[in-house]
Amino acid sequence: MKSKISAKGVNVYYGEKQALKNISIEIGEKEVTALIGPSGCGKSTFLRCLNRMNDVIDICRVEGSIKFDNLEINSKELDVVRLRENVGMVFQKPNPFPKTIYENIAYGPTIHGLVQSKQELDEIVETSLKKAALWNEVKDRLHEIGTGLSGGQQQRLCIARAISIKPEVILMDEPCSALDPIATAQIEELIDELKNEHTIVIVTHSMSQAARVSQKTGFFHLGNLIEFDSTEKIFKNPGNQQTQDYITGRFG
Amino acid sequence: MSYFFGKKRAAHIQVQTRLTALPQFYGYYLAIWCAAPALIIFSLWTFFEPFLVKNLILSSFKGSYESNQLSILYAQIKSIAQGTFFGTAQENLVIAADKYNQLISLLVKSKAILSLIILIGCLSFAYKKINQNIRTREPVEKFLKYLFFSCSLAAVLTTAGIVFSLLFESLRFFSSVNFFDFAFGIEWNPGRAFVRDSTSQIDQEVLKNSFGALPLFAGTFFIAFIAMCVAIPIGLMTGIYMAEYASTNVRKFAKPIIEILAGIPTVVYGFFAALTVGPFVKQIGNSMGLEVSSESALAAGLVMGVMIIPFVSSLSDDVITAVPQNLREGSYAMGATKSETIKKVIFPAALPGIVGAILLAVSRAVGETMIVVMASGLAANLTANPLESTTTITAQIVMILVGDQQFGDPKTQAAFALGISLFVLTLVLNILALGVVKKYREKYE
Amino acid sequence: MNNKRKNFLEKRYKSEKRFQLFGLASISLALIFLVIFLIKIFSNGYSAFTKTWIFVEVNYDRELLLLEENPSSEDLNNADYYDIAYQSIIALDPEVDESSETFLIEMFAYNYELEIKNYLKKNPSDLGKIVKLKLTASDDIDQINKGNYPRDIPEENRRVNNYQLKIFDMLEARGDIINTFNLSFFTNPDSREAELAGIASSFMGTLFSILVCLVFSFPIAVLAGIYLEEFAPKNKFTDFIEVNINNLAAVPSIVFGLLGLGVLINIFGLPRSTPLVGGITLSLMTLPTIIIAARASLKAVPPSIKEAALAMGASKMQTTLHHAVPLSMPGTLSGTIIGLAQALGETAPLILIGMVAFVNTIPGSPLDPAASLPVQVYIWSESAERGFVEKVSACIMVLLIFLITMNLTAQIIRHRFEKKWS
Repeated sequence: MKSKISAKGVNVYYGEKQALKNISIEIGEKEVTALIGPSGCGKSTFLRCLNRMNDVIDICRVEGSIKFDNLEINSKELDVVRLRENVGMVFQKPNPFPKTIYENIAYGPTIHGLVQSKQELDEIVETSLKKAALWNEVKDRLHEIGTGLSGGQQQRLCIARAISIKPEVILMDEPCSALDPIATAQIEELIDELKNEHTIVIVTHSMSQAARVSQKTGFFHLGNLIEFDSTEKIFKNPGNQQTQDYITGRFG
Repeated sequence: MSYFFGKKRAAHIQVQTRLTALPQFYGYYLAIWCAAPALIIFSLWTFFEPFLVKNLILSSFKGSYESNQLSILYAQIKSIAQGTFFGTAQENLVIAADKYNQLISLLVKSKAILSLIILIGCLSFAYKKINQNIRTREPVEKFLKYLFFSCSLAAVLTTAGIVFSLLFESLRFFSSVNFFDFAFGIEWNPGRAFVRDSTSQIDQEVLKNSFGALPLFAGTFFIAFIAMCVAIPIGLMTGIYMAEYASTNVRKFAKPIIEILAGIPTVVYGFFAALTVGPFVKQIGNSMGLEVSSESALAAGLVMGVMIIPFVSSLSDDVITAVPQNLREGSYAMGATKSETIKKVIFPAALPGIVGAILLAVSRAVGETMIVVMASGLAANLTANPLESTTTITAQIVMILVGDQQFGDPKTQAAFALGISLFVLTLVLNILALGVVKKYREKYE
Repeated sequence: MNNKRKNFLEKRYKSEKRFQLFGLASISLALIFLVIFLIKIFSNGYSAFTKTWIFVEVNYDRELLLLEENPSSEDLNNADYYDIAYQSIIALDPEVDESSETFLIEMFAYNYELEIKNYLKKNPSDLGKIVKLKLTASDDIDQINKGNYPRDIPEENRRVNNYQLKIFDMLEARGDIINTFNLSFFTNPDSREAELAGIASSFMGTLFSILVCLVFSFPIAVLAGIYLEEFAPKNKFTDFIEVNINNLAAVPSIVFGLLGLGVLINIFGLPRSTPLVGGITLSLMTLPTIIIAARASLKAVPPSIKEAALAMGASKMQTTLHHAVPLSMPGTLSGTIIGLAQALGETAPLILIGMVAFVNTIPGSPLDPAASLPVQVYIWSESAERGFVEKVSACIMVLLIFLITMNLTAQIIRHRFEKKWS
């Protein structure tokens, strides 16, 4: 599997406190990589490094090398706007804009100047909603407010929004933790579909979810990457004792 | 004193049986029982005494005079009685003044005696009760609770007082001047309708045409409009910048400095407008060949706008900061720049709050007095030209009430009619502001 | 990436920069206003803190004063100083002709006679001697000395004529014109003469009004705040009270003036133009501010403290009074000071209840008629004389210093005492 994102020696500090210690990891192209570990172990922090979302937090400092298709993204010269055009994100708590469903999806293509006509925009909206398995439910109410949907629908709306600009990578930060089991199942099905066209990195605190959706898994603990291997190996035969303990529920 | 009595008595009882409350509560109990009823009666009496006196004295005059003139009459009687009247007074007024003095001294004496009786009566009553070792802490605390409650009624009473006093005088005004002449008439010239003494009447025609308040309403909104043209862009952008772009250091310094602008008294703004801004505007206008009054609506509006900037800025800062971080991150993650996020996501989300803030700012502008009085003149002028001088509701209230006024006079009553219009106007604006914020908050949460 | 996309991205970044610039420009504009304002006020006002005096040789001629040898202090008081005063001033220009004598007199403040008298009363041993005394200059001369009047405009347009200018220059060359710190600005009451006007009367008026305001508003507001925050049941009536409070906070101040006029003066018959009525009117305006501050501070007291007290068997009232209220005092006090600072600057309501009369004595109690500092600013700014312009600015400076001090105090109280439990 070709490596899409390659991190080497990444250290992250919140002020004086070090949140991530010397993380090195290879994210493979067009597959799902899961990051697991107990709360506060730094997995979300690492995820946010991949699209430079940690820039939003004043006291956060990121050191080390992160390469996206061999382009160094942890550097001052990087155009963050273009990076985020190619690396999308779905958040833990669904955050559709307080606009219509149509406008939510149209947002990305409009600001990046990807469309020339209304017709193109309509097409993109339809395609994205279809890919997110939401089209049938909302096709008659595209001009209703996005925040009026149910939790699961909102999250799928956010996924549709993320894929509307055709990012190569989609980052998902515990996308199902605010959803009920049925909605969760729908999202997991979606992830399986999406991996055919996008590279996906998903942070999850549910080990069963990681086992279900991912091909590779990384186990984080207290800011360290303890083990990174194929999902099957991590769950059936982990090399590290700590990984074993976490999997079997000894802690976390 | 009664406090110590009670405490001592309680200590005495304690020797015999177990007390139900700390000794000091017995003291409080006694003190409250004797002080409160007496105080209440005393205050009520004092408040309503002037009313009573006025009605009694004027009862003999009621038949022969108009109600408007009665107030003027009463003022004269009072000044004769107090020895401050100038000139020779009518015979019947002097008699009335004597009656007034007698009545006042009688009332003062009886008030004192009554209070004393109540004081002593309650003291003995409560003292007897203590002997039975009743629970005193509960009644004392209950009393305190009622005391606190009545204090909180103060706000309600104040509003009632405002509405009542404004309404009362306004209704008397509208009995002489037709409401529609007031609201829609375009000639405002209260100086013409001046009552010199209690016996002359004013020509009905003159009344009709002197109190057209339309130029005032127009002037008020015109100047408020100019002020908002300054305050909204600057205030909003400042608020946005402080909320989204400013580093903590900039915020630490800039915010208090902008607050200083808010703390400057409006009379100072007015002085600055009259001294500096007015002539400056006139100079610029004249150099462009325009006719500019030295007291222009533009000068007043500009300075009022500057005064309102901190108001708009801090309210919008709060509203924008309150937009959930979630939404911001969603937009950034899509690859939007900061300004795009603000323009397309944050601002629309915060819009109801911002509209509410603007409405409140308009309400503030409408109610502003000193800047207009000092910088925009007192000529009622219905115009859309900011280079001319216009006046507002508030400035006219001041102009009417500075100097001699009598309470029976339509001119004075007109001021109250203006006052109630202002009160209603700002009330409506405030309710609208709250309503807008509430309605959209429901839609968006 | 193709060129079109590149241009589009450029445009987006440019738009971002423009937006940021807008924001920065707005803040700067607001700050520039403040700076211009402060500079203007200070440049106008600082000259009011100095006062111009003219040295004159006064001949305390005993015969002209019609006094005996060794007069008593009562004799000194009752003597007529007009003649020696007039003579001494005329003597400044030995060649003066009769028609110009008034011009010389006009160069002095109108109380020159009193100043000459007061000196002798203090130094009775100088009777019969010639003493070089400093007398207050008139406001026109004061302004000339400070350079505020243009000297090169034609004589008809000036308030000081050529003759007076000549004398002025002569005196100045001799060193008989001096400038000292203007203590009388702070100790004199208001006056029609600009050179003698001071802020003592309005200062006392403000002081009394604020005191009355504090006495009326603080207890009522704090008790109301305690009730609403701790004891009030959550029902419609309580909502009604809260709506009223929030409403009052937004009513324009002039309406309170009407209330004061209509109810306090008309119905309750309180004396007009006094700080008593002014203070009560202001207290009605300050009530909502203090109530809101008191409630906020009470809310901030950690519930754990209240629960601990209750668990010890204290009643709700005792818990509130002994624990919650003392802990919330800093916040309440700070809010009160801010409310008082706002009341301090109020002008319109005080004008309506009459505290705008010309008062030339210093009020001794809240029942004496008075003006307040902001009203004084208004009164003086309506005068056309140049001498009053600097006085207004100086008065504004004093007012601003008060306000800044009060606001700083409020901030300090809030910071220092709230650090305790956070």
